[in-house]
Amino acid sequence: MAVARRGEAGRAGDDVRSDLHVVVEITDEGGLEIEVTSKIASLYGDSIEDTTRRTLSGLGLENARVQVDDKGAVPFVIAARVEAAALRAGAAGDGDARPERSVSRQPRTARNRLRRSRLYLPGDQPKLQLNAGLHRPDAVILDLEDSVHIDQKDAARLVVRNAIRTVGFGEAEIMVRINQLPLGLDDLVAIVPERPDLVLIPKTESAAQVVEVDTRIREILGVNAGAAPPIWIMPILETALGVENAFQIASASPAVVALTIGLEDYTADLGVPKTLEGAESLFARGRLVNAAKAAGVQAIDSVFGDVGNEDGLRAWAARSRGLGFEGMGCIHPRQIRPIHEAFAPSAEEIEKARRIVAAFEEAEARGLGVVSLGTRMVDPPVVLRAQRLVDLARRAGLIEEAGS
Amino acid sequence: MSTIRDDGVEFVVNAAGRRVPTLVNGAPARPFTGIGQAAPEGTKHGPPIRSAADYPDDGDKRVPDLKTALGRCGLRDGMTISTHHHLRNGDRVALAVLQAAAELGARDLMWLPSASFPCHEPVVDLMEQGVVHHIEGSMNGPLGAYCSHGHMRGLGVLRSHGGRWQAIQDGEVHIDIAVIAAPTADPFGNADGSHGPSACGSLGFALADSMYADHVIVVTDNLVAFPCIPWQIQGNHVDCVVEVDSIGDPKKIVSGTTVLTRSPDRLLIAEYVARFVRDAGIMKDGFSFQAGAGGIALAFVGYIRQMMIDAGVKARFVRGGSSSYLVDLLNEGLTDYILDGQTFDLAGVQSIGEDPRHVATSPFTSYNYHGKGNFASMVDAVVLGATEVDVEFNANVVTHSDGMLLHGIGGWQNCLFSGCTILALPSFRDRIPVIVDEVTTLTGPGELVDVVVTERGIAVNPRRQDLLAALEGSDLPIRPIEEIKTEVERLVGGAPTRPSLGDEAVAVIKWVDGTVIDTVWRVPETSESA
Repeated sequence: MAVARRGEAGRAGDDVRSDLHVVVEITDEGGLEIEVTSKIASLYGDSIEDTTRRTLSGLGLENARVQVDDKGAVPFVIAARVEAAALRAGAAGDGDARPERSVSRQPRTARNRLRRSRLYLPGDQPKLQLNAGLHRPDAVILDLEDSVHIDQKDAARLVVRNAIRTVGFGEAEIMVRINQLPLGLDDLVAIVPERPDLVLIPKTESAAQVVEVDTRIREILGVNAGAAPPIWIMPILETALGVENAFQIASASPAVVALTIGLEDYTADLGVPKTLEGAESLFARGRLVNAAKAAGVQAIDSVFGDVGNEDGLRAWAARSRGLGFEGMGCIHPRQIRPIHEAFAPSAEEIEKARRIVAAFEEAEARGLGVVSLGTRMVDPPVVLRAQRLVDLARRAGLIEEAGS
Repeated sequence: MSTIRDDGVEFVVNAAGRRVPTLVNGAPARPFTGIGQAAPEGTKHGPPIRSAADYPDDGDKRVPDLKTALGRCGLRDGMTISTHHHLRNGDRVALAVLQAAAELGARDLMWLPSASFPCHEPVVDLMEQGVVHHIEGSMNGPLGAYCSHGHMRGLGVLRSHGGRWQAIQDGEVHIDIAVIAAPTADPFGNADGSHGPSACGSLGFALADSMYADHVIVVTDNLVAFPCIPWQIQGNHVDCVVEVDSIGDPKKIVSGTTVLTRSPDRLLIAEYVARFVRDAGIMKDGFSFQAGAGGIALAFVGYIRQMMIDAGVKARFVRGGSSSYLVDLLNEGLTDYILDGQTFDLAGVQSIGEDPRHVATSPFTSYNYHGKGNFASMVDAVVLGATEVDVEFNANVVTHSDGMLLHGIGGWQNCLFSGCTILALPSFRDRIPVIVDEVTTLTGPGELVDVVVTERGIAVNPRRQDLLAALEGSDLPIRPIEEIKTEVERLVGGAPTRPSLGDEAVAVIKWVDGTVIDTVWRVPETSESA
């Protein structure tokens, strides 16, 4: 059997920024010969070489010729590219070449956390990941699936793993979209030890797939599986079958916190074009909302694909909220604010809800069975909805807390 | 403290703590002594007195070509020839003049452009051939590399737009022949930039040259019969007029439209700047601001425009470089005037040509420090860029962190005198942090830099407690500059190694009063790869 001796990884070319290209040739002797080319060599040449050396040593590789063509990549990217090239060259993958953790992974998650916006970040494009948290999405999704070419799945996994260890994403929940099963199970091996907050399963069609992922996550966490909080699961329904099984999928595991939908694939499955108004997906989205509520999880809408069309996005998001969704995906940071605004209750709604809640509390205090506002009686479900809305507004920072 | 090198040039440490030469290209140079500390003496420089008897009564000063014009103006070895950057990267005149001088056998010329662009790269060959001795003006790209690597025979001298006026007016620089590329001119030499196939807007950068140079040549591709109306350059200063097929490539003179940045990080910075201007109470009726043509500055104008509409606030004036974004403010009644230093797109050119509220200014009115005041200090807020800023808010705008010349100063130093100077910067570029312990080249003292806005937060200079007080209760991410620096260094793997620069000066940076604020040192040629 021929053993691969040469591997390369990363990006080359004049338009590449914040990335690099690495060639690793494994040799039998001569130690590590590292050649670095970089526009910023006078500033970071030593650091680039050091990161390269440490990564290879971490893999247990002692003899190799390495060419690094750097375009201003930060260390976690250099480490990921060097590791990918070395593994492709046939280095044994049993060492630990992970960069040191430089951000604390304080849990920033909870079952019913606000999930209005979640920003998709292509797993193999580190440049887009560096500052993603600054745009304040409720979550970032490090994507290993559709945005990553099939030939780059191994490399993207390393970038994403290293990013979770070293990039602070601000207050955002860190989500990872794995590949369709069974490839996605391999993603879990690389990703789960870094403790992302949530894993998205694409093209989920059955409860069994959720169980499979959940089980694999717990196996990987091993004795740590019980440590709170768990790694949540958000199944993505992208087929007619998935939509039909929505309730079972949502109820498959206590780790499921939300259901979401992928409309490109869903409309393709139906064989209809995806429209700006979305009539073709109205049933599926309504079904999803109902199943999610029935199972006690959040309903999250798809993405709006036209980044330049802010009015279209706002209109879509407003309809989406009207259907019962609690958030949607973003493919560009510019979409975050319109989505937050669309999913936020209006000032009038908040005011009305607060009056209802106040009336309810007053009735409670007085021991009255009936809540009334002015001359009108308020039914219990109205009170419940008002309480939820006030809660949402409070978590979205739309209500100024007295004394704070 | 001073040191004297082998070549006899004495270096002293100036008031900003930087080591600078006291002799620049053979002339004594004063080290920086602090802001407003170097009092000027004497009278302004004057060109020789001329007589109308020596010029044609019919006012027709046309000569057949550039060579004839240079000959009439007495071209000799060692002369200083000045040109201007109104035509930006589309300019065809500066190079043609220097090449014509070369064909006439001139050597050791000093070229004094108001700025140089990539289209001027062939000047490297002219320096190699000995035609051009050195450049005093902005240098970037190949010219910057040539100077940075120590190939230029003289010291580069970088001045701000206002500093260039000051140097010419004060006689620090003596211009033998000024060549003015004019989009429209008449045979007498009256010239203007707002009309013609190569229209570029204001010709303000050429005004000083027209007034103080020994000889003035106007070059145009749009000759009109006397009078050229309006005229910004007065023909009474002009010796000869040369007609050519084309003074420049219109597509590179102005962009068709200035394009807004789509970078989410830059948009975020621009929005922070606008919110800062609003929340600090600067944005109020009758206020003024200046923002250039960079991506962040343009986006800032978009954000502040909306905030002005929302708040019902109107500016008294805004300062360009103008673009469609400023023109929109004017047309929407959000500002009374645009006071324009240069014009960046077609909308700007059209507006300055047609709208009397869109007024051409010059480095004299806007920036000259050796005058009885200037407009820059009357602007309430200015948004500028920089390559580096240190924790004391000192900033560098001329060199890259590796020491290579990267940008001219432009109006940057002059604008620092505004009521609130805001540097709007990404916190790192290609891994290189923007906030450093010490800037590579000091271009502006931290005393004049009030705010640094990055995508990671806003640092307010502790000297501006008034701004901090005004921002109390704002939800903007106001953070100590050191904290932003630390966060960036954690992301990029630490502060960069300081590049080892040679002990050979290749250029000096002048402050607005003509003193030397810093030295640019030679960068070894091997520094582009390790």
